[in-house]
Amino acid sequence: MSLEQFKNRNVGSQTYKMIESEPTPESGMGRFGQVVKRTFKGELFVGLYVTMREMINALFIGEMHTVKYPLEKLPISPRYRAIHDMLRLLESGHYRCIGCGLCEKICISDCIKMDTRYDENQRKEVSEYTINFGRCIFCGYCAEVCPELAIVHGGRYENASEQRAGFSLFEDMLTPIDALKDQKEFDGFGAVTPNADNAIKKTPLAY
Amino acid sequence: MEIVNVAVLPEVTSAGVIIKAIIILAIISAIAGFGTYLERKILAFMQRRLGPMHVGPYGLLQIAADGIKLFTKEDIVPQNANKLIFKVAPAITAATAFIALAAVPVFPDFTIPEWIPLLGGTFVPSIAADINIGVLFILGMMAAGLYGPLLAGMAQANKWGIIGSARTAIQFLSYEVVTGLSILAPIMLVGSLSLVEFNNYQQGGFSSWMMWQQPVAFVLFLIAGFAETNRTPFDLLEHEAEVVSGYATEYSGMRWGMFFIGEYANMITVSVLAAVIFMGGYNDLGFIAGWLIVVLKIAFVFFLMLWVRASWPHIRPDQLMWLCWKVLMPVAVVNVVITGFVMMV
Ligand code: SF4
Ligand code: SF4
Repeated sequence: MSLEQFKNRNVGSQTYKMIESEPTPESGMGRFGQVVKRTFKGELFVGLYVTMREMINALFIGEMHTVKYPLEKLPISPRYRAIHDMLRLLESGHYRCIGCGLCEKICISDCIKMDTRYDENQRKEVSEYTINFGRCIFCGYCAEVCPELAIVHGGRYENASEQRAGFSLFEDMLTPIDALKDQKEFDGFGAVTPNADNAIKKTPLAY
Repeated sequence: MEIVNVAVLPEVTSAGVIIKAIIILAIISAIAGFGTYLERKILAFMQRRLGPMHVGPYGLLQIAADGIKLFTKEDIVPQNANKLIFKVAPAITAATAFIALAAVPVFPDFTIPEWIPLLGGTFVPSIAADINIGVLFILGMMAAGLYGPLLAGMAQANKWGIIGSARTAIQFLSYEVVTGLSILAPIMLVGSLSLVEFNNYQQGGFSSWMMWQQPVAFVLFLIAGFAETNRTPFDLLEHEAEVVSGYATEYSGMRWGMFFIGEYANMITVSVLAAVIFMGGYNDLGFIAGWLIVVLKIAFVFFLMLWVRASWPHIRPDQLMWLCWKVLMPVAVVNVVITGFVMMV
């Protein structure tokens, strides 16, 4: 079933198959007839056939549905909101975060804590940045509000831990500098839409 | 022909019977354990899953893991339970299941080689107790197995247990009637209660199988066999969705394991009965040797039980009673009467 069909909530327009049930028999003879019909109709053998077909398909045609989870993983949607990643600029390798503090401000569970200072070139640098994943509700607001696409949601969803509070440091979430060439542009929550170039309007400065 | 056999075979000593009993106990328990593995695997395949995979290659050592778990688990006896009956009940289930197997031919007979000290030269028969009322004994023993779940459910001071044992009583007692009546027609045709006679009656190859002469009795026996071994669609005794675990609710560890082994031993017994009485027994079929074909038949009936479990929903207790007393029993009686008429004409 495709997603469109699944999302169609207009009762009656789906491709449902209605089960035709006979009226309940009133008389004793009618009930007897129903029993005889059900006995010899062979519906039970249809059931046996279905399970046998599934078994043969699973064993020989490779339609086994098991995913051996820790060893194999299902792909997740780019819009999935898992543990955050901090991206770097592809050209310079510098982290994208400009320390604007919007994510800290918008976070509804107050779990982002950051601090900034001026570095020796009088540029703003991020000196502290932690997210408390014990409090984070993975709402995605931080990723949506970030003007630089610096904080995004990554694909690490295995975040069971022994304590309620689990802090992630800036360096833990930042793309490792040697893995920069593998950094993927984020196309999930709050990312630039594919037609962003067309949708953007010229600013008055261009006149 | 049997007379010749008896003359040729060495004398059956009590040592031989005891060895045989130990062999049955050891091997059938192992097969019963293996049956749980097969059941989980086959059910999994039918639902497009993999089943146990991690202990040993393809999960084959899962039985060992289960065994360790069952043996080392804490054995809890509930506070208000009748302690003695609670402890004895699982033994009844396991014991009756294995006693029933005493009258079933399992594995060919052999003589222990002379060079083995103490037991050398002992003849081990293929049937532990070669009695001429084999079928009756097996059915009787399986019927006595009813006391296991019944007492277990009543002794454990648990409402689910009580419901489970009430269901035990109605289900086993009712279906005992159907089993007996359905097997009566083949017994009339063969004129004996001995399983060997049943086997010899079907010597004429595929077309002489009892299931072609007595198709109704075969179907009835299978249905009743499912009910007596407490298999889906008649697993009302311990159906999780309704009565938690029925008579086994309060059991844990090895006592629960004994119920399990008993159930699987009963499944094997019913499979053997179906294979020997209705499906041509251990006669050679074409080029396939008799011992192989009987193993295949038993395996098929066993597989059928798992297959049905994967396919069919289970029924309500009132439907169960309706099926037994209003459908199966009359059909069985009519079948017996018609068989009688045909034999007289
Ligand atoms: S996902 Fe939501 S809760 Fe989590 S850090 Fe971002 S804004 Fe805060
Ligand atoms: S919103 Fe983005 S750029 Fe601003 S502080 Fe947060 S991560 Fe850095």
